[in-house]
Amino acid sequence: MNIAMAIARREFRGYFGTPLAYVFIVIYLALTGWFTFYLGGLYERNQADLLPFFNYQPWLFLILIPAISMRLWAEERKSGSIELLMTLPISLWQAVAGKFIAAWLFTTIAICLTFPLWITVNYLGNPDNGAILTGYIGCILLAGAFLAIGSCISAANRNQVVAFIITIVVCFIFLLSGFPMVLDFFSGWAPRSIVEAVAGLSFLSHFTSISKGVVDLRDVVYFLLIIAGWLQANTLILDMKKDS
Amino acid sequence: MIETRDLTKHYGSLVAVDRLSFQVEPGEVLGFLGPNGAGKSTTMRMIAGFVAPTSGSIIVGEHDLSVDPLAAKRIIGYLPEGAPSYGDMTPGDFLNFIADVRDLKGTYRQQRLDDVIDRLHLEKVLTQRIETLSKGFKRRVGLAQAILHDPAVLILDEPTDGLDPNQKHEVRALIDTMSADKTIIISTHILEEVDAVCDRALIIANGHLIVDETPEQLLQHSRSNNAVTLKLGNEQQCSAAAATLEAMIDVDHVDINSNTSEVTAYAKDGAFILQNIAVAAHERNWELLDLNQASGRLDEVFRDVTRSGDTP
Repeated sequence: MNIAMAIARREFRGYFGTPLAYVFIVIYLALTGWFTFYLGGLYERNQADLLPFFNYQPWLFLILIPAISMRLWAEERKSGSIELLMTLPISLWQAVAGKFIAAWLFTTIAICLTFPLWITVNYLGNPDNGAILTGYIGCILLAGAFLAIGSCISAANRNQVVAFIITIVVCFIFLLSGFPMVLDFFSGWAPRSIVEAVAGLSFLSHFTSISKGVVDLRDVVYFLLIIAGWLQANTLILDMKKDS
Repeated sequence: MIETRDLTKHYGSLVAVDRLSFQVEPGEVLGFLGPNGAGKSTTMRMIAGFVAPTSGSIIVGEHDLSVDPLAAKRIIGYLPEGAPSYGDMTPGDFLNFIADVRDLKGTYRQQRLDDVIDRLHLEKVLTQRIETLSKGFKRRVGLAQAILHDPAVLILDEPTDGLDPNQKHEVRALIDTMSADKTIIISTHILEEVDAVCDRALIIANGHLIVDETPEQLLQHSRSNNAVTLKLGNEQQCSAAAATLEAMIDVDHVDINSNTSEVTAYAKDGAFILQNIAVAAHERNWELLDLNQASGRLDEVFRDVTRSGDTP
């Protein structure tokens, strides 16, 4: 675990060593404000809650998180530093976990920086702060799931733009798998049990139930399993493709 | 100790390394030679644990790389080709990161960091981002990283590439000081380096091992080994001398350079011909301005063996 943390520390400092971190945080906060106030109509609703904020987070993540994850492995490959990393006495799991932890911590910090919204609704009324807290937990879990998908796809592609686009598509499918546009694709030919399984994979339905303040342990476990599964796939892909 | 047995690597239909077997003992510096694309880097990457062999085995220290790669990687220091590192870090942060991952602790850690920074003269650039450093400094950062944990086995892929002559000399001296108890493999294009630091040289071409000898033995394959060059007073003497030399038993053939009035006699199988030539020159009263005996030239051997692809 020490070694994974050493890798995470290095990665994390790397974000702030380049403009990436600052650009990401500024754009994320600006877009969040815009979505929340204009599209979500936070004031016009006359309700002291953050639903307009949480409702748009998945769509914002869909574009912004792949921009973080696309470089995780693609950049190591491009600069050749992957050869250095893979010849140090570390296991693939430690490397994958270290990078993921750094990226997750970074997005968590960005999400927490939206706290002025929380202060605003508390100033304007008496919101259910418990529900807001679970909403934030939902955001962090959803961001983690997107990052795990993106990390795995980044390991499979040397080209960052390709990794970015494929990650958006895969995240989109997972996000909406409970909705007709994805289910119709399966319902024509697949048995009913498979269609239901696909419907159960929807990020959005799990996220929505958490963000409304209903913390079902199953939703949390669901996201953690998704993260673990994609990171496991990440190590397998690295093992196969590290030298190509 | 490093031992490879029938090491083979295929990339699709391309055979990059073909049944390569060799052994290197502690205290030995092995030079890896070969044309570009011969399989040098691929072999080193396999030993360092970056590329998985298609077949064959690698043992580093007591550890079989396919059974316990982490134990093997702990005792290996590896400088990859081109010395990649993290450009957005400073050498100081980078070496600290390596020390973290290598699990170096306490005073030993500080002592090792001080030692490599001092040996590779990195004090001045410790707080400068690596991507802004010159090629020579980047290479030295890579070397520092490789020797930080005082490894028993060192694998250096073109350690002096991009260094100026002074830096090259320093890196060779560094390898020399470490060679007493370590097992070292270096690859290089610079043939004088083989002579300067290596105890043994492997020449590979097209993934095959062609030559496994000491630099001295290698030199004996050179056509110009023990060749003798005479500089004479005038051109008439040159042709007369050439005829005389041509007739000697151990002389293979003779070259005349009329511009400089020099005659060079090449020895058959590196035989010692200087004595006979000196006697002949004395007996025939040649006006000798200069006389010298060549030792073999590695570049010649290198060209000969890698072109023909056969044992010399």
